[in-house]
Amino acid sequence: MARIGVVVFPGSNCEYDAFAAVSAVGAQAQFIWHSATDLDGVDGVILPGGFAHGDYLRPGALARFSPVMEAVADFARAGGAVLGICNGFQVLTEAGLLPGALQKNRGLTFLCQPTTLVVATTTSVLTRGATEGQELVIPINHFSGSYTCDDDTLAGLEANGQIVLRYKDNPNGSRADIAGVSNLEGNVVGLMPHPERAMSTLLGSADGRILLEGFVHAPVGAH
Amino acid sequence: MSVNYPVVVEVTLRDGIADPEGATIEKALPALGFTGVAHVRAGKSFRMEIDADDESSALAQATALAERLLSNPVIENAVARSAKGL
Repeated sequence: MARIGVVVFPGSNCEYDAFAAVSAVGAQAQFIWHSATDLDGVDGVILPGGFAHGDYLRPGALARFSPVMEAVADFARAGGAVLGICNGFQVLTEAGLLPGALQKNRGLTFLCQPTTLVVATTTSVLTRGATEGQELVIPINHFSGSYTCDDDTLAGLEANGQIVLRYKDNPNGSRADIAGVSNLEGNVVGLMPHPERAMSTLLGSADGRILLEGFVHAPVGAH
Repeated sequence: MSVNYPVVVEVTLRDGIADPEGATIEKALPALGFTGVAHVRAGKSFRMEIDADDESSALAQATALAERLLSNPVIENAVARSAKGL
């Protein structure tokens, strides 16, 4: 059974949702406190949503200097599967593990609603269980979720298949409708929507299972 | 001899990066009777005091810490200047 580490920063608030979602798709979840300096040999890592370090300065700006982030960076460089959800995505961009940045939503409104995502590539650790062009209903819950990057970076993302998920109807002004991106190798993925909150049709959608099942099963592993 | 230098660091969004906060403020101004105000950009300002041998090394330190922590160079510019008399 794959073991997935869920990193907990002071101010994280989606770690229990991530823990439950990972367990629901047949993996063993464990929390990793942000001051840890190693990842205890887990097979994959999730940086959950919330407000790490109060989102002071900028979302993710202080979390990237938490001790655990060095271990996460080593794990990512070695090919380990890393997933940043919402605030976790912001942390990964601040840490330079993913390109671009997240800014305040166009329109300056906090958005909390279901969105329809379109799978843009299936080569990432998050979308390997999905099909290209597949539509998934996953909720968003953010104020700073507008993805931005310069022209060269965007051209690189397009050319290398690093755009993982796009919004069908762009809710926040993200460049090129980007909802999630990966690194060049596809083992590090960040997205603003919350797949861990779309695990049951009773609660609106079970499409998050398609993503998280792909992530936890046969993670690339880096140890 | 090391002296305490007051420094201010200003962080603003780089040109070409959308600034929804600045745009919203700009749109609100005419309703309050402030006309002819254009190109409003929102940003952050940080005050600090830095122990250094001279002002230029204090500003160099401020620039370095602004690039590493206070700003995200992907979307923001940071400028450090003396806060003496401010």
